Amino acid sequence: MNPLTHPTRRSLLLGGLALLAGCDHQPRASFKGVDLSDATYKGEFRLKDAHGRERTIDDYRGRVVLLHFGFTQCPDACPTALARAAQVRQMMGKDGQLLQVLFVTLDPERDTPQMLRDYTAAFDPSFIALSGDAKTTKQTADNFKVFFRKVPTGSSYTMDHSLLSYAFDPNGLLRVGMRHNMPAEDCAHDLRQLLI
Amino acid sequence: MRSSLIALAALLSAAAACAEVSVQDAWVRATVPGQKTSGAFMQLTSTTDATLVGARSPAAGVVEIHEMAMGENMTMKMRAVPGIELPAGKAVALKPGGYHIMQLDLKDTVQAGGKLRLTLLVKDRKGELDAIDVELPVKPLNAKLH
Repeated sequence: MNPLTHPTRRSLLLGGLALLAGCDHQPRASFKGVDLSDATYKGEFRLKDAHGRERTIDDYRGRVVLLHFGFTQCPDACPTALARAAQVRQMMGKDGQLLQVLFVTLDPERDTPQMLRDYTAAFDPSFIALSGDAKTTKQTADNFKVFFRKVPTGSSYTMDHSLLSYAFDPNGLLRVGMRHNMPAEDCAHDLRQLLI
Repeated sequence: MRSSLIALAALLSAAAACAEVSVQDAWVRATVPGQKTSGAFMQLTSTTDATLVGARSPAAGVVEIHEMAMGENMTMKMRAVPGIELPAGKAVALKPGGYHIMQLDLKDTVQAGGKLRLTLLVKDRKGELDAIDVELPVKPLNAKLH
């Protein structure tokens, strides 16, 4: 190995790091969540509501949409995320009327339309539950890069699944991913940004 | 009336026999018709080293101790665990995002404002098993947690 090549390599490396640091400081959108504006996936869906009507993001133009994947037999994460969504809607005051919360089931086998309607209404009557058959559910999850799988427990099964909630702007574009531990205040902040 | 008095007496005697574990802020989440599962949450403090090894409820076919863990890519994993350690004098929280007691095969809808009976099974250092009866208030699905 030629020791003379070392400084060159190091300076190249340092140069690369400086470039990365520079990217960090660029004024990007002021979201507190994960900016998905440039994500490779767009979050398309074509699912049925509790009345059997087919729904796509186009049905909610003019409103911000907060979409969460889950299942009603979930004891912890899903109710926590939906309770936060209800809190966020209240926090947004009058703007809350421009927020549409969607709950997409990852467990269409057990989650009947009636159960889904009762479930989402228990959090906020304005929330809408959407579902599809097993194939459509998998396709929709893939469209959001959402991971899920059944895990047997006791006499039944539970599900592992991704916990990001997704926000669309009033033009129907996927914009922000909201982490499970993100406070309601921060979610409300990001959704307000989408309404400006 | 008579049966509820007997139940109350049973609760009181159970509480007296197992006074070393205190249960605080216990609650369970309501369900909607058709929903067969619900999580119960609480804070447990044992005066001596002990382990919560299980639970049962007349309202549920199966009761398990679960732990929620966040894996890679914000993936939530829920797993049954054999027990939860209760170190002497330390308050151990069973709360959303961590441990919960999972009711499976619920026989009826769990109504907000009602109560759910649960028996906690705690093993002490000598390996002796104690049963602690608790009545959990049922909170609505959209209960704020913080």
